[in-house]
Amino acid sequence: MESVVGEIVAKYNYWIYVVLMMIGFYAMIGKRNLVKKLLGMNIFQTSIILFFVSTGVKKGGGIPIVDKYEGLAGTVEAASTVNPLPHVLMLTAIVVGVSVTGVALAVLQRIYREYGTLEEDEILEKTQR
Amino acid sequence: MSATNLHIFVMVVPLLAALAINLLGRNSRQWISPLVLGSLTFSVFGSAIMLARVIEHGTLSYTVGNWRPPFGIELVVDPLSALMMVLIAVVALLASFSSLKSVEQELPGQEHLFFTLYMILIAGLFGLVLTGDAFNLYVLLEITSITTYGLIAMGRGRAALSSFNYIIMGSIGACFYLLGIGYIYILTGTLNMADIARILPTLNAPVAAATAIAFVLVGLWVKMAFFPLHSWLPNAYSQAPTGAGTMVAPLMTKVTVYLMVRVILSMYTPALVFANQWITDGVVWAAAIAIISGSILALGQKDLRRMLTYVIVAEVGYMVGGIFLANADGLTGSILHIVNDALMTLCLFLVVAAIIYRQGSVSLVSLQGIFRRMPITMAVFTLGAFAMIGVPPTCGFFSKWYLILGGVEAGHWEFVMALVFSSLVNAVLFFRIIELAYFGSLQDGEHHEHASSERHEAPWWMLKPLLLTAVLLIVVGLSTGPLVNNVIRLMIPVGF
Repeated sequence: MESVVGEIVAKYNYWIYVVLMMIGFYAMIGKRNLVKKLLGMNIFQTSIILFFVSTGVKKGGGIPIVDKYEGLAGTVEAASTVNPLPHVLMLTAIVVGVSVTGVALAVLQRIYREYGTLEEDEILEKTQR
Repeated sequence: MSATNLHIFVMVVPLLAALAINLLGRNSRQWISPLVLGSLTFSVFGSAIMLARVIEHGTLSYTVGNWRPPFGIELVVDPLSALMMVLIAVVALLASFSSLKSVEQELPGQEHLFFTLYMILIAGLFGLVLTGDAFNLYVLLEITSITTYGLIAMGRGRAALSSFNYIIMGSIGACFYLLGIGYIYILTGTLNMADIARILPTLNAPVAAATAIAFVLVGLWVKMAFFPLHSWLPNAYSQAPTGAGTMVAPLMTKVTVYLMVRVILSMYTPALVFANQWITDGVVWAAAIAIISGSILALGQKDLRRMLTYVIVAEVGYMVGGIFLANADGLTGSILHIVNDALMTLCLFLVVAAIIYRQGSVSLVSLQGIFRRMPITMAVFTLGAFAMIGVPPTCGFFSKWYLILGGVEAGHWEFVMALVFSSLVNAVLFFRIIELAYFGSLQDGEHHEHASSERHEAPWWMLKPLLLTAVLLIVVGLSTGPLVNNVIRLMIPVGF
């Protein structure tokens, strides 16, 4: 038991992302309101983005701006600099996420115009009629 | 334009055409069709030249922005991706003839918007088959998905709702893929596929590697609508505008299957993926279930287009199962089936587009006696149906043959049974329609305004791609030998 707690405390950031991800997943699957589903999708994406960003962190690491001459001389300590690559990747992932959200919101607007509601069961009722 | 960089132009020209269509097509429609057809014709020739060059000289790569791999993004053309490039270019060109006509009818005044998305989607698909970088692949996957969401939402009626469900499912798939890539990045510290393939086997971390590939594969399965993750596909594809369906249905799932092949062959080595007998057996069983369920669900449909979408779900099972048979024949069959299935689906969806253009509906009732009204279209439909069933010498027969050989060799009789069962169901499905179309009595059809027996063939613009696709079905079928020996064999790893 103690080892499990120790494991969770040692990697608490990853556990938080797992919880966040499950919240998002639940909202996507379980909620009947389409906007809530979309919000769940955003939470889901955010948890993955946070996961990536935290993989770059190093204990006591400095900002990854390297002095040109130090870099050329090869005296930069990789262990003392935060890995910037995951952050850069996540910038792209954020852009992707924003685009998907934008398209989804536009589609939701069309759905609302068509059915006058964003509740999934009400829409299904209307389509079956 | 040096010839070694031709593949990047194949991708960039449709992208630039997309921008030009949006700018010029806004004011006058006459710009759209030359831009679409011109850029796609360039892509067809460019990709054909690339295929010839790759077969002759071996794999080529292009470093984007002069950042050397493994640090920069690499575009790799090997025989398989060159083959996929040709396939995408040909299918897109043929589909666009028909789309130009049906979009004019269905979405008047929105052509420039439709074709902007359409061309970006094609550029994204080219990017997907070219990229040699795992994260770049995620971005391109989302580019193709977002454009597809938009294209589907342009349809009428419930299309927006189907598109939204697709957005939710598609995003879950993409996020799973991204999470898997995150694991791989933590493990290997690189995102270049060749580099991952080099580093991964040297690490002794089987559990982490297996988790990563599980996330990647599940993500891709959602995107390719592998049963039981298929629920979004039938609605989305059958409610999309006809012009979008003709291109999206043949290409999207097939390119995703290609991505799975790419991930298994080039990023993870087959030895790692197929290491656990339990897992490969499980996936083949799942594929067999997918084939059978897809076929049975197709039987219950009352609309030709909806029926075809379930056939697509069954076909995805063919390809996934073939890969996880983990032998050379199964893999050859799957890769061959990517090509064949794209052409067969294209053929059938072009027929659907032509019929919808003339009579607005493809419900089975409205197809009664249609052979008298559209003889050429229905003749091509019959050929496409034969290919789907797997009648030689159409191409569908040969890939199914390889898949069955692979299944027998691996001892997966349930997969062989599923393939045979699905062929039988396809025969029932299509002969039912052919019977309706040839002999459908006009008595029952009196309630329909379309029931006249007057000849009313689809416009020449829609017949041209149809006839070409029909020819391709036979030609590709007859040239299976050279295709397998010169292209696909090169991709099968040694000692497999």
